[in-house]
Amino acid sequence: MTGEVAVLGAGMHPWGKWGRGFVEYGTRAAREALADAGLEWGAVQSVVGADTVRGGYPGYVAGATFARALGSQGTRVTSVYAACASGAQAIDTARAQILAGMAEVVLVVGADAAPKGFFAPAGGDRPDDPDWLRFRVLGATNPAYFALYARRRMALYGDTVDDFAQVKVKNSAAGAANPYARYRRRVTTREVAASPVVADPLRLLDICATSDGGAALVLSSMDAARRHGVADPVRIRAVAAVTPRYPRTELDLPDIASDSAAAVAEPAAGFRASLAQGAYEEAGIGPEDLSLAEVYDLSTALELEWYEDLGLCGTGEAAKLLRDGATALGGRLPVNASGGLASFGEAVPAQAVAQVCELTWQLRGRAGERQVPDARVGVTANQGLFGHGSAVVAVR
Amino acid sequence: MPRIRKPVVPGWFTQDTGDFRLLGTRCRSCGSVFFPREDVFCRNPGCAGDDLEEVPLSRHGTVWSYTDGRYRPPAPYVSDPDTEWRPYTLVAVELVAERMVVLGQAAPGVGVADLAVGAEVELVPGILNEDAEHTWTTWHWRPVTTAPGPETTA
Ligand SMILES: [Zn+2]
Repeated sequence: MTGEVAVLGAGMHPWGKWGRGFVEYGTRAAREALADAGLEWGAVQSVVGADTVRGGYPGYVAGATFARALGSQGTRVTSVYAACASGAQAIDTARAQILAGMAEVVLVVGADAAPKGFFAPAGGDRPDDPDWLRFRVLGATNPAYFALYARRRMALYGDTVDDFAQVKVKNSAAGAANPYARYRRRVTTREVAASPVVADPLRLLDICATSDGGAALVLSSMDAARRHGVADPVRIRAVAAVTPRYPRTELDLPDIASDSAAAVAEPAAGFRASLAQGAYEEAGIGPEDLSLAEVYDLSTALELEWYEDLGLCGTGEAAKLLRDGATALGGRLPVNASGGLASFGEAVPAQAVAQVCELTWQLRGRAGERQVPDARVGVTANQGLFGHGSAVVAVR
Repeated sequence: MPRIRKPVVPGWFTQDTGDFRLLGTRCRSCGSVFFPREDVFCRNPGCAGDDLEEVPLSRHGTVWSYTDGRYRPPAPYVSDPDTEWRPYTLVAVELVAERMVVLGQAAPGVGVADLAVGAEVELVPGILNEDAEHTWTTWHWRPVTTAPGPETTA
């Protein structure tokens, strides 16, 4: 255990396709988080921005960009890039600064204005970049990888395309109750089945869209929270942002091949499971302690993988857990009570921050229609390109 | 003027030899195998090796998983936006000796209906695309059938 930090405020810009700049989304989310915390911008001693690579030059230096938009005032500033884990690493950086005594109140911001359609690598001829190579050599889009995992689940565990569709049905029902979500309509299995195949066996409604959006958190030391009159804040108790262990034997984005296990035996836990284990160990909890989980449902089938990697059920048992209703709102352990990426879409630097916003509202008991009763412990999990990923544990 | 045959990535597979193979590297210290090739340092965390030799990978494997691409992928994938999109099939293949999974496009005409997890496939040379000067060559995976037929040398 390394100590806890308080979540004083959470804020978001509603997600969608707004056609405006990421700075606006992030700044609006930041102002909302500050208002939620009951703090003035002047009380912030450090700003940590999660970088977008699609926002042009200011996107690469998101910390300073958001600080300037809010009114530069000489705070400590940090910019973090870790693909889909950027937001979580921004949280981890803020936490480290607080626990080290470098700052008492830290603002974390992530925002993006994502282009429509498939994510593509940055331009130019870059044959040293695995992300460039997988498109040039194979045309292997992100959904292609999600589809490979989905098809393998079908072969190994007997998951069906209807199981996958049920994840969308579940998450869209939760998203319908979330005012920040981009898609706020309940989807039926029939609608999933009627949507076009993108990468067999996954259909358009099995795969999350790209979105504009922003999310922000105000974190502080426990002492500062008490002084601010918040005796019992939501606390972040763990952030795991570990690398995979060699050899990584599951084919993963954006790689064309897995590591070889010919000379070194494969590790006991795969990458996603090791993220969860790291977070549980640091927080001193187990999956049995959870009230809810927010996971990266980049595809419906991928959400099922997370059930197993988070230890919510045994390997191959995720579809059963879903069919039993355990992971739906009202179930034993709701997963993606926010509506997940199925309802939000991807706004890469914002989404890991948004997951913690949802935990914050849930643990405060202020999630409205989608409230998980008596939520006490929540976990988030995500995974991004190049061996980035994270899991965050928040408690009340 | 005839187009020049060029591999889409130099050094990843043999070019125009009888025995078509993917080319990886193997660490001389610990025996770890890498594809795409690692030529500078071994990536095994328990090995400080920096002497890596080129090795051809197994020509046969089993299907780990498969899918297809029903929408045109973005650049740098090369495809003519003025032509109708024809889906390609992707196969992830488990190589038993190397204990690794290698992704590739399936040979032309092979669709998802022709594949199953665990089925045997073999490596064959293929063409990725052509432009005015070049024929860009690549590798394809093709289901192993019992019916004998001539090897394509496309
Ligand atoms: Zn080695």
